[in-house]
Amino acid sequence: MNKFKILTRGFIAENPVFVLLLGMCPTLGVTTSAINGMGMGLATAFVLLMSNIFISSLKNMIPNMVRIPAFIVIIASFVTVVDLVMEAYVPALYESLGLYIPLIVVNCIVLGRAEAFASKNNVINSAIDGLGMGLGFTFALTLLGSVREILGSGAIFNYKFISPDADGLLVFVLAPGAFFALGYLIVIMNSFKKA
Amino acid sequence: MEYIIIFISAIFVNNIILAQFLGICPFLGVSSKISTAVGMSGAVIFVMTLASLFTFLINQYVLVSLDITFLQTITFILVIAALVQMVEIILKKISPALYQALGIFLPLITTNCAVLGVAILNIQKEFNLLESLVFTISTAIGFGLAMILFAGLREHTDLLNPPKAMKGAPLSLVTAGILALAFMGFAGLV
Repeated sequence: MNKFKILTRGFIAENPVFVLLLGMCPTLGVTTSAINGMGMGLATAFVLLMSNIFISSLKNMIPNMVRIPAFIVIIASFVTVVDLVMEAYVPALYESLGLYIPLIVVNCIVLGRAEAFASKNNVINSAIDGLGMGLGFTFALTLLGSVREILGSGAIFNYKFISPDADGLLVFVLAPGAFFALGYLIVIMNSFKKA
Repeated sequence: MEYIIIFISAIFVNNIILAQFLGICPFLGVSSKISTAVGMSGAVIFVMTLASLFTFLINQYVLVSLDITFLQTITFILVIAALVQMVEIILKKISPALYQALGIFLPLITTNCAVLGVAILNIQKEFNLLESLVFTISTAIGFGLAMILFAGLREHTDLLNPPKAMKGAPLSLVTAGILALAFMGFAGLV
């Protein structure tokens, strides 16, 4: 498989959110606005890229029997790095993402790519795969966050385009709106695919 | 009184699945039949309670007293992974019947973010040991309630004939949205 294909399949063909339905908790939990979705996506993409690089370079040293715990330790280390860096430099975003930052460690996408790709491929391809999947995840979260922000508060990236007194459809910012928005986004994608 | 408020709020108002979005993977993955939803809920109640107890004690007596709380994420996930393995081995030995009922769900629980989420929430909310146990058990009951209700709904939606693009995941997500909408009615209860 060529490198370009590895990079781009995470966006549409094997998008972790819309197609594979992985990593649903942060997807639904943090996408109340586009900027939150993007922040979460980039944090996950960083962890995915670094853990893929590390795991594929260490794959020959890790005994097969204990590979899952070893992967989890590597992933958890990078999550801790992201956690501390975000707390120091982007405290507002860190505050609004809250619990979901440490929970990147149990995000099925990260462990899934480690097991399915990084533990079988060389470092360069694994890095490209991590980057592609991470950016695909970021794309999905930003899209979902934008849809919810536009419908829910009439704004995009905190820029409000309806009159300041008007309210959006509040339900899209609240919990049920996450399920509705993601459900109908997948419906739209599916109907394009069939056509 | 305080404990009753924690109990009600964790089950209904801040339901772990429908309001906090933790544990969505098993919620969507193993909820196609009521019987599997019951098994999964039982396993979660069991493991979550044990995990919270252990992580609470480790946080209090190891991480805080050695001043290494930045290792929280790594420690907690390892404790949970080890605990799940241990529970599986012990159950197999002492109670084959219970193992039969919960066994296949146990490996799935390591990557259930609700377990790690609750362990971290207990620390963030600065609960004492008893409060954190009450919070954990009621959260796990809330998880079970949402799982079983959703499985019941899905047994019915499976019989529908939706438009092609709506089949499968989208229909489940929209159904879950309606269930979440219903749970919003509990807001303001405490």
